[in-house]
Amino acid sequence: MTGLATEAPPAEELTVVPVRHPLRWVAVAVLAVLAAMLIHSLVVNKHWQWDYVRGYFTYNTIVHGIWVTIQLTVLAMAIGIVFGIILAIMRMSPNPVLSTTAFAYTWFFRGTPVLVQLLFWYSFSYLFSNLSIGVPFGPKFHTWDTNSLITPFIAGVLGLGLNEAAYMSEIARAGLLSVNPGQHEAAAALGMSRGLAMRRVILPQAMRVIIPPTGNETISMLKTTSLVATISVLDLTGAAQLIYGSNNLQIPLLVVISIWYLIMTSVLSVGQYFLEKRFARGTRVTVARPGRRMLARMRATRRDESVPPGGPGV
Amino acid sequence: MSLCRRVVPVSEPMVLAEEVRKSFGPVEVLKGISLQVDPGQVLCVIGPSGSGKSTFVRCINHLEKIDGGRLLVDGHLVGYRRVGTKLHELRENEIAKRREDVGMVFQHFNLFPHMSVLENLIEAPTRVRKRPKAEAITSARTLLAQVGLSEKEKAYPAQLSGGQQQRVAIARALAMQPKLMLFDEPTSALDPELVGEVLDVMKQLAQGGMTMVVVTHEMGFAREVADELVFMDAGVVVEKGNPREVLANPQHERTRAFLSKVL
Repeated sequence: MTGLATEAPPAEELTVVPVRHPLRWVAVAVLAVLAAMLIHSLVVNKHWQWDYVRGYFTYNTIVHGIWVTIQLTVLAMAIGIVFGIILAIMRMSPNPVLSTTAFAYTWFFRGTPVLVQLLFWYSFSYLFSNLSIGVPFGPKFHTWDTNSLITPFIAGVLGLGLNEAAYMSEIARAGLLSVNPGQHEAAAALGMSRGLAMRRVILPQAMRVIIPPTGNETISMLKTTSLVATISVLDLTGAAQLIYGSNNLQIPLLVVISIWYLIMTSVLSVGQYFLEKRFARGTRVTVARPGRRMLARMRATRRDESVPPGGPGV
Repeated sequence: MSLCRRVVPVSEPMVLAEEVRKSFGPVEVLKGISLQVDPGQVLCVIGPSGSGKSTFVRCINHLEKIDGGRLLVDGHLVGYRRVGTKLHELRENEIAKRREDVGMVFQHFNLFPHMSVLENLIEAPTRVRKRPKAEAITSARTLLAQVGLSEKEKAYPAQLSGGQQQRVAIARALAMQPKLMLFDEPTSALDPELVGEVLDVMKQLAQGGMTMVVVTHEMGFAREVADELVFMDAGVVVEKGNPREVLANPQHERTRAFLSKVL
């Protein structure tokens, strides 16, 4: 042992040389040039028409459009999540009637474009001019005019929501399948019914797997709602189209609504972070926080640099 | 507990199996198991893996459905309701109701990972038995003290060692005040040095008069605690009797071969 100690130099004389990343600096330089070009264009190119962007940013029609977009997103996602989870539970049910129904639903709504589905709901009154409650093929208790019941807004909510349900059902099913089968057995062994076990034991654990893709779906939905402009709903995109249709200020209005979409999706990302944190209870997995990793790396780099460089070949 | 339960004579067995058969597809894993466990008795089941011992225990609380024979728990046919000469298959909620009186402890604990220890213990008593929450918490704390984990009630399962998790799992099963406790290899997933703390809790439970069916590889525990020891192999009961006698002086060749490997 003494022999070994005399051969190796004392530990404090050794210096650790971190791995260098020269290509990163090249990439930084290229990106910096591109960014400079973009900023230059934003400042110099007068077709951006920033004064109009500022002017229309909080314009009445735009603000109303934002409100419609939010309502559509919330309602469509609510329908999507609730129906999606119900469909996923049906799909996994031992009852063949339920599982086949759920399969057929997903097959149909995932297999046709959402725009076509929206147009279908919008044209629903051509198929059925009246909707009524009553005995099938028998007397009717109450009848509504389809056009007054399914307004373009309702058609949008139904089209987006029912389509979303098909996708959400697959997400929910993946979540339910991710829960250890032992959890079903433990709940059953305690005398819990299947419904109670699902609600209290299985779903809360499945949520950890369901939430990240659902956040993704919500952000995607926020933007997909712009399709309702085609069925004459004045959402954010519809509002912009209406305005530039009359004054030809396409670019500034598209900039306005892009900024608004970015603001709304950013808010959703923050919400997703807190939801994930809530459902990560009892697990060791930490939730990735946007920007965290980069900050941590930057701090680590600074620490590296603060280490005084030792002489080579000690 | 229901008030209209009929008065049973003390001699009525807690578990009575007569020629119980069970197949998974073409493979018959239980080939006619006949056993009896009286109230207050501890039955240990040993045997090589694949002998059907775990399947048998799982049949007792209907986690597996039997294909033949009769299986009675506390005088009730498992999975059926008898009306006259007809046996009606039980519905979901009726099966759940029967399971309330049978506690089960699994090899892999199966604690609810998203709930704290205390929440794990009060979940079924409050939601299934509909006991008031405060009362459930009080008895949960008593149980945690019994298994030596009073200071862990706020911890989540992932923060506990395997031995601690299994003690919580035992307490969770006990929180339903079962008449019968089933243990499916409760120490097989544990590090060797953690086995003792779980067995101690089980011993304490047996001394308290709990009726228990324990599938185990812990021969020391079986010798000390069991009233009866059953050796199963290839879906049949090869040998049963007083644990000291079976372990010291096995009558069958297969029992001898098995014991020579594990002792």
